[in-house]
Amino acid sequence: MREQAPAVDRIRCDGHGLCAELLPELIRLDDWGYPIVAPGPIPRHLLADARSAAAACPVLALALRRTETRSRRSTHVLHNL
Amino acid sequence: MSAPRLFAGPDPRAGAERLADHLRRLGPPPPARRDAIAAVEQSGLNGRGGGAFPAGAKWRSVAGRARGSAVVLANGAEGETLSWKDRLLMAARPHLVLDGAFLAAASVGADRVMLYVGERHAAGLAALAGALAERPDRERRMARIVAAPGRYVAGEESAAVHFVNAGRALPKTVPPRPFERGVDGRPTLVQNVETLAHAGLLGRFDSVPGTLLVSVSGAVGAPGVVEIAEGTTVGEAVASARGPLQQARAVLLGGYFGTWVEADAAWPMPLRCAVVSVLPMGACGVCETARIMRHLAEESAAQCGPCFFGLRALADACERIAGSRAQPDDLVRLHRWAGELPGRGACRHPDGAAGLLWSALRVFASEFATHRPHAAGRAA
Repeated sequence: MREQAPAVDRIRCDGHGLCAELLPELIRLDDWGYPIVAPGPIPRHLLADARSAAAACPVLALALRRTETRSRRSTHVLHNL
Repeated sequence: MSAPRLFAGPDPRAGAERLADHLRRLGPPPPARRDAIAAVEQSGLNGRGGGAFPAGAKWRSVAGRARGSAVVLANGAEGETLSWKDRLLMAARPHLVLDGAFLAAASVGADRVMLYVGERHAAGLAALAGALAERPDRERRMARIVAAPGRYVAGEESAAVHFVNAGRALPKTVPPRPFERGVDGRPTLVQNVETLAHAGLLGRFDSVPGTLLVSVSGAVGAPGVVEIAEGTTVGEAVASARGPLQQARAVLLGGYFGTWVEADAAWPMPLRCAVVSVLPMGACGVCETARIMRHLAEESAAQCGPCFFGLRALADACERIAGSRAQPDDLVRLHRWAGELPGRGACRHPDGAAGLLWSALRVFASEFATHRPHAAGRAA
């Protein structure tokens, strides 16, 4: 079975916060109401809640993405070290 | 210090080198043979815009998708406050940048070259325009100069592509990354101008790159850009800018997105970044950090909530501590926010700011804990 993880489109996200209500096991909100997502794949027993959370986002900023197996190497890093 | 490569020849402060002089000095540009990408890969050349991503791998990923219609975007936006190396390079050695850009275009299968230059870098813009006029018709026709907005994020890869496409220099949600879908939807190689200039030296020196350009500032006798050999230590780079002028407290490596390091620990480190700034003993790391955090907060593209609100809150808390108006839990919150920010923007702006703050909280821990107001005129 392929694994999935919550992915937030940070530009779309307006901090409505429904995701944290529907999936509190994996998503909490920062001091300004924007989601902080627990790293790693979604445990199987939370997949249904995760789908509900993605569907409930009013601006469609939450998606479930297949977790990438290869290491993610950023090619757009701004900082210099 | 080993001999300069990029700045071999006339003094870079003398202005743009003409094509005839450039060719007399260095010979013809590297030929765009089939093995050019392999040569870049074998050279170990990496990105000099801050990301340090291997150039060869980037060229190959664009070439694999190009089918002759890719785009090369030479990135000379240089929005980092403490960096001047790209603008000096463009102003003094425009043909070296162009040699690298056209080599890249021929190698990856691109028919267009965008020269994306910070609008404030007037000498660089003028030098590249003048240099293009000296190039063969074929090259002139495929190249275009684009003035980039003078914002920090304008140089971020996806922001650069976004600006060329739609006039907005704001980062986009990735993927797709520019090498997949970039300028006009085509595979696009976004490469820093110094990286391209090193590629332009392939075959002209025994080994490439060999050197890096570093902007040295702060408590040094001759602030400016130095070209140093790879493997040079931080201390040697600072010495080549006639520093430190006095006993140093700390060194900022990598600029505003970089890392504070205790001076004594910094000197023997091999230099792997393009910005070194020396904070003298007696200067205040808390005030300096507060100033940098405010700048980074103001340079947020204001697209992503955690970056827009988070960086502003970080700057506010740093300024309260610097001004001895700290709220009881400011220091605790700074630590927590710095841990929560990374990875929560479309680009890495919040990551860079959080990284800088982390290092400040470590290096200036006692100052953050016990900060008192400075005598008038001392506070940054």
